[in-house]
Amino acid sequence: MAEAKKSKRPRGTVVISVELCKGCGFCIAFCPSAVLEFSEMFNSKGYHPPHAVNPDACIGCDLCGMYCPDFAIFGARVTREVA
Amino acid sequence: MSAKNPRNQYLRTERMPNIWCPGCGLGTAVNCFISAIEDCETPLDQISVVSGIGCTGRVAGYLKLDSFHTTHGRPIPFATGLKLSNPKLKVVVFSGDGDLFAIGGNHFIHAARRNMDLTIICVNNFTYGMTGGQVTPTTPIDAFSSTTPYGNIEEPFNLPFLADCSGAVYVARWTVFHVRQAARAMREAMHKNGFSFIEIISPCPTLYGRRNKIGDGLKMMQAFKDNSVIADETDTRNVALDFRGKIICGKFVDREKTSFLDMYNIKMAERFGPFYEPYEGIK
Repeated sequence: MAEAKKSKRPRGTVVISVELCKGCGFCIAFCPSAVLEFSEMFNSKGYHPPHAVNPDACIGCDLCGMYCPDFAIFGARVTREVA
Repeated sequence: MSAKNPRNQYLRTERMPNIWCPGCGLGTAVNCFISAIEDCETPLDQISVVSGIGCTGRVAGYLKLDSFHTTHGRPIPFATGLKLSNPKLKVVVFSGDGDLFAIGGNHFIHAARRNMDLTIICVNNFTYGMTGGQVTPTTPIDAFSSTTPYGNIEEPFNLPFLADCSGAVYVARWTVFHVRQAARAMREAMHKNGFSFIEIISPCPTLYGRRNKIGDGLKMMQAFKDNSVIADETDTRNVALDFRGKIICGKFVDREKTSFLDMYNIKMAERFGPFYEPYEGIK
């Protein structure tokens, strides 16, 4: 994946802990690359957690992790060896 | 999906999920603090967090640091004792507006007057969240609360001005929307030798936002985004908060002053000369 794209845009991934989410929507509203959207599924407390609708746009800035009041999401840069 | 949140190493994950309402900004303020201590070169066993009672008082229980959950309004006296018995510690007081300025108001102004080397992080949500949304010393005029059903008629505190004129060496205000700036302010305040104060404006969707028809946590965050003006070095007399008015954010005060312990050592050395051994904590 890293060789195929020559763009200098950093690549990232977003990890969501569905059961910790309370569905406040901060991560969805403040994601700079509009990666996230509310999912249709419910978690065990009845909230709709987010899911990545546009995962390729993620730049791993971790702003979602900074905003999440429930420590339920974080973004990370994808390094070459992981990819 | 198996990857762990890097913040978990600073949190007591067995206590999660936290008790805070959906849309509350307290977790975001904790994220800012975690980001500040991550970049801080101080070892974690030399940072301690003290908090009082209230929703914000829970922070001490959720952080995996040496932390203490004190009685209502008394985090600053406890932190003062902690700092004086072990001056190597970086003591952070993480508490709410009601705890620090209503019940513990006197402790705040006297710790600031002494220039005790503490970092005070006050999460201001304009109401008493845990007890049912009563009016606090920071509720703006005209705002509704459970004890002011016709709107608040009392003039609120201007917290940065109170800290400034009591003698704080570092005064800043950010909202939880400004996560990176708030984290930077916390980092700077922890490195400051003296009494540093940071006000973090946070949404309380359940009690403040709902009663005042502002909306849920996300709407309140959007309101902070739209209404905040960043103006560093503003005179703190002009940063009072109005109901639905502009929120002036930034670093207002950054000055150098001799802290309480340094002053103690200087004055005792003047008095006793070569016989005086500078105090560096209880041996």
